[in-house]
Amino acid sequence: MRAIFGEALSSLGEANYNLMVLTADVAKPTGVYKFAEAHPSRFFNVGISEQDMIGIASGLALSGSVPVVAVFAPFLMRAWEQVRSTVARANLNVKMVGTHAGLSASDEGGSHQSLEDVALMRVLPNMTVVVPGDRQEIAEATRAIVAMRGPVYMRLGRDESLSFLEGEQVFRIGRAVTVADGSDITVFSNGSMTAEVLAAAESLDIGVKVVHVPTVKPLDSGAIVSAARETGLVACVEEHSVIGGLGSAVAELLSGEYPVPVKRIGVNDTYGESGPQRELLRKHGLVAESIGETLKRIVRGKAA
Amino acid sequence: MKAVLEVMDQRHLIELQVLRERIKSIRKSVLDMTASTSAGLHVGASLSCVDVIATLYFMKMRHSPYRPDWADRDRFILSKGHAAPALYAVLAEAGYFPKEELKTIKDLNSRLQGHPDLRTPGVDAPSGSLGQGISIGIGMALAAKRRGSRSRVYVLVGDGECDEGQIWESLMTAAHLKLNNLVLIVDRNGWQLDDRTEEIKRKAPLKGKIESFGWETYLINGHDPEKILDALDLCELADGPAAIIARTMKGKGVQFMEGTNKGHKMRFSNEQYQEALTELEEAS
Repeated sequence: MRAIFGEALSSLGEANYNLMVLTADVAKPTGVYKFAEAHPSRFFNVGISEQDMIGIASGLALSGSVPVVAVFAPFLMRAWEQVRSTVARANLNVKMVGTHAGLSASDEGGSHQSLEDVALMRVLPNMTVVVPGDRQEIAEATRAIVAMRGPVYMRLGRDESLSFLEGEQVFRIGRAVTVADGSDITVFSNGSMTAEVLAAAESLDIGVKVVHVPTVKPLDSGAIVSAARETGLVACVEEHSVIGGLGSAVAELLSGEYPVPVKRIGVNDTYGESGPQRELLRKHGLVAESIGETLKRIVRGKAA
Repeated sequence: MKAVLEVMDQRHLIELQVLRERIKSIRKSVLDMTASTSAGLHVGASLSCVDVIATLYFMKMRHSPYRPDWADRDRFILSKGHAAPALYAVLAEAGYFPKEELKTIKDLNSRLQGHPDLRTPGVDAPSGSLGQGISIGIGMALAAKRRGSRSRVYVLVGDGECDEGQIWESLMTAAHLKLNNLVLIVDRNGWQLDDRTEEIKRKAPLKGKIESFGWETYLINGHDPEKILDALDLCELADGPAAIIARTMKGKGVQFMEGTNKGHKMRFSNEQYQEALTELEEAS
């Protein structure tokens, strides 16, 4: 995933001379070293100082450059106040990419796992929040966030290999896509979780409509409300706290537009811990089998 | 040759005299703003840095109120954003917006927010949350260098603000990048919100600290435009980033505030306003 992001960024740099990339001593793990190799004069490794990095990006944006910063998601949150007070408040054209998000920094433990970043970024006015998961989608999203004007947070996990979207163009900011159809329940998911949800849906004998929502803000309200209308029952799955992420965004929208039961599946208000990634996801009910079980329970519960 | 130099000296003296008059008028604007709002302004911290800001805008920086977005302009970042009244008064004096607008400060729908905001003509960077200005300045200085622009970047921080960790992160970064188009000015008025700066968290030796981070550093009287200008000139000769520690007095120019923390955030009674005005008029 990070290699795809790094390569996409590097090729964007060929055409866009205003593109500048900054990191805080994580050029290799975030993949931006590829940009650094191709465009050394437009790359700045500011050292382990995320707050300084966000400030520098703000100054670059105020002078007409298009800065992209890439760091581990939890440590970007260290500079959240700088993002709030400067980047978002002044609507600056700064692109922030948080890698190793969710539970994907598995072995490193809770300090390195980011389960609240979507909530923290989503609450900021002017901010766009994207959580792609498919490999082609990640490359397209990288191009899309650089092309648009205004602050963006893009959240990336660790998995490079997922491919669950089809077509020439799979990503557009603000667009949700239906990736499986069914009439018993709609599942909204994003990031790599959509692959788990799809696997779960295939194994179930209930009809699951799966809607991939790579843009958490602005939400594709039309698509979400109409899917909720069709199935009358909704679940959301994300590698994030159940508080404040995609599930909350969907619930906020539907409570006003078309109130239906919304089950939020994610990490239940707790920190992560060390462990192999699959096992960690399983512990939090975020692998296909456990998601399937939960969906069955919800659908049966409604029927009863 | 001697005659030429004498003429230049005289011209310089006249310019400085004009600047002093302008600074007086700017101080008056700050007092007027304080009197015009019921909200209370950080008047002490504004009066301590008006000499520096005015000297920058009227004697040093290349900028134009007719083209506030000129890409090659020099930039000023008021990192100690609570001194916004000083910046607004200077910008109005320079012609970025009408002086009458100054009294709308902090009003609902005013372009003059409590802390610097991009909606105000002439404001180069938002601030209000302390500690971020040098980092933003680094970004601007980098962008200027990349474009081959002569643009220089000036950042004013407070001494209390130096408690912030980001200040020291950015000092390291700027020295590392050898940004000789970046100048830092520290408004060393010796006070922060709760108490004297050295009581809250010791800053001394501030000059030594900043120097040790790789900045060429000058210590001057921050209320003397001639000294400020000399130091700013020297900063242009530096190989990397340069800093000026401007020793100042909180509330400078108004006796009942001078050198105290009374004016950290205050409203004027009519009496106080009149007293301050009279004092300002009588000052040479």
